[in-house]
Amino acid sequence: MGEVIVITSGKGGVGKTTATANIGTALAFNGKKVVLVDADIGLRNLDVVMGLENRIVYDVVDVVEGVCRLRQALIKDKRYPDLFLLPAAQTKDKNAVSPAQMQELCERLKQEFDFVLIDCPAGIEQGFKNAIAGADKAIVVTTPEISAVRDADRIIGLLEASDLGSPKLVVNRVRIDMVKKGDMMNTEDMIDILAIDLLGVVPDDESIVISTNRGEPAVGDNRSLAGKAFNNIALRILGHEVPFLELEVDEGFLTKLLKLISKR
Amino acid sequence: MIDLFRSSAKHSTSSKNVAKERLKLVLVHDRVNVSSTFLEMIKGDLIKVISDYMEIDEDNLEVKMTKTKRDEDDTLVPALVANIPIKRMKGAIR
Repeated sequence: MGEVIVITSGKGGVGKTTATANIGTALAFNGKKVVLVDADIGLRNLDVVMGLENRIVYDVVDVVEGVCRLRQALIKDKRYPDLFLLPAAQTKDKNAVSPAQMQELCERLKQEFDFVLIDCPAGIEQGFKNAIAGADKAIVVTTPEISAVRDADRIIGLLEASDLGSPKLVVNRVRIDMVKKGDMMNTEDMIDILAIDLLGVVPDDESIVISTNRGEPAVGDNRSLAGKAFNNIALRILGHEVPFLELEVDEGFLTKLLKLISKR
Repeated sequence: MIDLFRSSAKHSTSSKNVAKERLKLVLVHDRVNVSSTFLEMIKGDLIKVISDYMEIDEDNLEVKMTKTKRDEDDTLVPALVANIPIKRMKGAIR
């Protein structure tokens, strides 16, 4: 029985889709059977980030409406051993799938896959409610900006109200030069404010733009620092204790975190 | 060099500290749908009760809603935090 993880943020543009693509690819790279589900119906993008946009025949709405079988809608990513994409519909709206249908879909996918990663739409309306309906766990993505952290806090509250307590935090697009100058909140600041556990810190990295242009997730690029950070996140999901990258956190926080881990 | 960075980062006027403080304030209101009059009522009652036992600094008394991790299972719970500076204890209880 697999695990359904929803990747969410509240605010748009913080990197949910990039995180979903990269974490999913890294999990597949580590030998897991993974399916990425794009729950952003009407504004699908996971397909282009993954570089699979030309292979879509059926989508998630076709599956729940019974137009096609689940198997037919799953696109296999040939670059990785066991990675699949279930694309969103582009011409329907957020109400095309109900929470109950989403739950049922997740249950079916869990039977076949080790990990079901759901790319959640921005916002807190129906699309968000649908995306989290079948999830076992949640990852909240934020950037070190006041607006993104505020929205993350709201999302954490809503996840807790939906029995998806203890979500894990991914801080995306950290600029270490700005953090050092005191012009960007550091990870410790955000953990302090949001009071949730940290899953990973991803540096702001040009390689993400380039890899997205190409439709190849950055985890496949050994020189990409962001790719490495996403791979570390995947390893932590798999239960490995991976130290945070040198640039990610200052010493004081790392010691604190190690203490936190050893307490378990 | 690193110390230099650290100390400058800790300086209260650095923009990240401004962001952090603004964020903390805005989240206090976001997190609970408690009106400020509700908190003022609690504050008034607290002052009334505690003043029988000690002299408190009413101007710097702070009552706010926040959240905290529960000790036993680490789940987040809302918490009412009252910061009540004491000026001096009243004679009767000493």
